[in-house]
Amino acid sequence: MVYLTRKAEFSASHLYHNPEFTPEENRRVFGKCNNPNGHGHNYTLEVTVKGEVDPRSGFVVDLKKLKEVMHREVLDAMDHRFLNKEVPEFLHQIPTTENIAIAIWQRLATKLESAKLHRVRVYETPDLFVDFYGEL
Amino acid sequence: MKAHLSRRYLFSASHRLHSESMSAQENQETYGKCNNPYGHGHNYIVEVTVSGQVDATTGMVCNLVDLDTFIDREVLARFDHGNLNTLQEFAKEVPTTENLCIQIYEIVQRGFPQAHLERVRLEETMMNSFEYAG
Repeated sequence: MVYLTRKAEFSASHLYHNPEFTPEENRRVFGKCNNPNGHGHNYTLEVTVKGEVDPRSGFVVDLKKLKEVMHREVLDAMDHRFLNKEVPEFLHQIPTTENIAIAIWQRLATKLESAKLHRVRVYETPDLFVDFYGEL
Repeated sequence: MKAHLSRRYLFSASHRLHSESMSAQENQETYGKCNNPYGHGHNYIVEVTVSGQVDATTGMVCNLVDLDTFIDREVLARFDHGNLNTLQEFAKEVPTTENLCIQIYEIVQRGFPQAHLERVRLEETMMNSFEYAG
């Protein structure tokens, strides 16, 4: 089994807010991430797929196709967007790094051809990242 | 849905690798430059990975402020800008990054119940890192 990782960056804004919390609870739980006009990050996305190496091509997966899938399914939807208002998954769910990683997994998992999705890693900052392995 | 959250922290500390149970020559052969008598320092990066169910109301595995506060108080305050060899924690063991990694793991394991601790990774330099998963 060989693991291949492709990186991409996207820039997006978001805020953390639960409409069922009081303003005080929102402030206490989310701190500065609850600032009402939002804030932004340069996110780094790492998509790791796994599979056997194809003996003819030497590939685990055709990188051109993986790039296209990542652009079409994820980057076009999230890059340079305000996640809370413009990405369907986050209209009613907080765009935390955890939920972003899970949403990206769900967008990609069924769209890969020869390889299987192993891990989605999302860096919110260089010092904070989330891994999702598709576990329930 | 279960996710793994990792957070990285920087601290700077000095140490010297020297074992009382070895002769001077053995120490020199085992540790090389790391045995230099006045010690030397590193900017350590500690990466803590916790896992758990993503909370439906907060969207988080655990509250980062809780984790940051805990690490600040129990790890960084203990080791940052210090000399590891002078600490009680290393009275009886060599302050290699392996041993430091295990110490930090045990500190977090004992004192942070809000999420399951998966591993602690410690980068000593850009070229060396160590992981301990219990």
